[in-house]
Amino acid sequence: MAASSLISLAAELVSGRVRVVDLTQTLSPQFPAIALPPEFGQCWPFRMEEVSRYDERGPAWYWNNFSCGEHTGTHFDAPIHWISGRDLPNNATDTIPPQHLVGPACVIDCSAEATSNPDFLLTADHVRRWESAHGRIPPRSWVLMRTDWSKRSDPAAFQNYDAAGQHTPGPATDAVRFLVDERDVVGFGTESIGTDAGQGYHLKPPYPCHYYMHGSGRYGLQCLANLDLLPPTGAVIFCAPLKIKNGSGSPIRALALVPA
Amino acid sequence: MIPPLPKPPRKNPILRTRLPLLPPSARSRAALGLTAAASRGRFELQVCNDCGAVQYPPRESCHRCLSGKLCWRAQEGSGELLATTTVRHSHDTFFQERVPWRLALVRLDVGPTVVAHLHAGCPPAPARVRLGARLDKAGQGVLVAFPMDEVPNMADDRQLREMTCDPKFRKVLVTDGKSAVGQAVVRGLAAAGADLIWVGHAEPWKETARFAELATLPQVALLPLELTDSQSVREIAAEIGGKVDILINTAEVHRTHGISSRSGVETARAEMDVNYFGLLRLAQEFAPAMRARAADGQSSAVAWVNLLSIYALSNFPPHGTFSASKAAALSLSQCLRAEMRSSAIRVINVFPGPIDDEWNQTLPAPKLSAEALAKAILSALQDGVEDVYPGDVAQEWLARWQESPKVLEKELSI
Repeated sequence: MAASSLISLAAELVSGRVRVVDLTQTLSPQFPAIALPPEFGQCWPFRMEEVSRYDERGPAWYWNNFSCGEHTGTHFDAPIHWISGRDLPNNATDTIPPQHLVGPACVIDCSAEATSNPDFLLTADHVRRWESAHGRIPPRSWVLMRTDWSKRSDPAAFQNYDAAGQHTPGPATDAVRFLVDERDVVGFGTESIGTDAGQGYHLKPPYPCHYYMHGSGRYGLQCLANLDLLPPTGAVIFCAPLKIKNGSGSPIRALALVPA
Repeated sequence: MIPPLPKPPRKNPILRTRLPLLPPSARSRAALGLTAAASRGRFELQVCNDCGAVQYPPRESCHRCLSGKLCWRAQEGSGELLATTTVRHSHDTFFQERVPWRLALVRLDVGPTVVAHLHAGCPPAPARVRLGARLDKAGQGVLVAFPMDEVPNMADDRQLREMTCDPKFRKVLVTDGKSAVGQAVVRGLAAAGADLIWVGHAEPWKETARFAELATLPQVALLPLELTDSQSVREIAAEIGGKVDILINTAEVHRTHGISSRSGVETARAEMDVNYFGLLRLAQEFAPAMRARAADGQSSAVAWVNLLSIYALSNFPPHGTFSASKAAALSLSQCLRAEMRSSAIRVINVFPGPIDDEWNQTLPAPKLSAEALAKAILSALQDGVEDVYPGDVAQEWLARWQESPKVLEKELSI
């Protein structure tokens, strides 16, 4: 079965009946990096320094050195990222089974709710209502929360800070528990800067998506883009992190296969 | 009567931008003592430790008793203006462009008679005048005869303006307007008559207190500028570098750690990335355009100011990595000063003691207010000095450091 399916998939990619959608934000110095209180250590934003550009530093070649954190840009969170996942087996970027890095995606459209309420929390009830329309979430699926947050091209609007901190949508605690305990998802993805809501620190427990997803060996994706181009079901995503030894995450080039 | 400085007309873009020239700058090693004092805004002459005779010009041994024990001592500078003259012709290219040039013969009350540049506010000879030391375009100490009392438009004297970096009618870039210091500098520049003030700000999603108010000043233009990002610095320099007359680098990262109080290098690296590499990025991108405009009429490119720290002189271990980053910046600014010298652009280093800000919260008074620091920066530009140590703590540390760097190090390590 497998060989013929792959060959027919390849043919459909060539013919364009299966399209590849880029779910990745461009890595640039302007793309906002997560900001922690200044007394804490900080994640590097993306930076690039020119090594040479057909000049005295290298006459026939152009190349750059770049720097960034493991959690810069569109990126993958491994279970070891959170204290709840620190002792699990195969919990880092180099040991995660590659089989987990390609899989079906269920896309829950929360764009209307997030537009009217930046602090919108996706609850288990929302997920059940989505299932009543699109069917039960299959085991080992990725669940992606579409908010259209990625369309906020102004970095300040993307971060959306005020004096009480960041205001971005994310999952409620009961939704995370439902997805892990009752649907056995492989991971959860968002368009904003974290898998948890901007005010997720004030939920119980703080940052429930990080706590429960990583605590049960699941993964996170954030700063995803183009989720509006994915069907509610039927897409397959590729989200492999760099194979960093004992890494907690990595910028990724996230791709989705969708029926044309 | 000194006419007030007129607002300069717009530059004629058809004409070539003239290149900077320097006044004669050769000095003996002894004479550099006068320059060293002038660089800190002080007028010092050598005084003989044995017989007390005041010396001028600077020399190796006492003109009266031949003792070699000559020490630089601050001078009050009062004296008698004996005669004045007007130079109308010079073989020196710098002065050829600037004649007529007024000179004075002044007999100091402490003894020596000196030739000095003459401020236009001085009364005709004979008269009482006050002698002061300034840095000239070559960065060398020279003497200027000033009137005893303040006269109107004192700073606008044509000859004095060759030795100062007054922001009046000039275009200034303040690299970080989000800190209290940056904001105070911007307000000070506006009050001092700056024509245009670009205010850099990083991380647009982070609001800081009173930053938004700056935009209400008519002279201010806000500019996204991220010193850790070479592309950002390059783009902003391409956009405005050819118009910046004065660059004031107020951007800094300050954390309060030594070596053992913070594991890893990330915090120290963040300090270095702004405090040292940020200066390097700015210097590489902005200095060439400024050098090219150092003789661009009345409002030429004229000065570069670095906000350093008194901890650049000797490490303050509780803020050890910050101190190290400022020491690196000091070293780099000396390189910048050397590279800017041939263009007559003054590099001013400011060495404050602890500033009254978030990161010095737990330090005891006295701490320098942002306003006092801004005032010191403005004065440094107006007086044309190179090194400023504003506030009591900086002054005290400087004195201890000058007396013995090793003793200061030992004191700080307890």
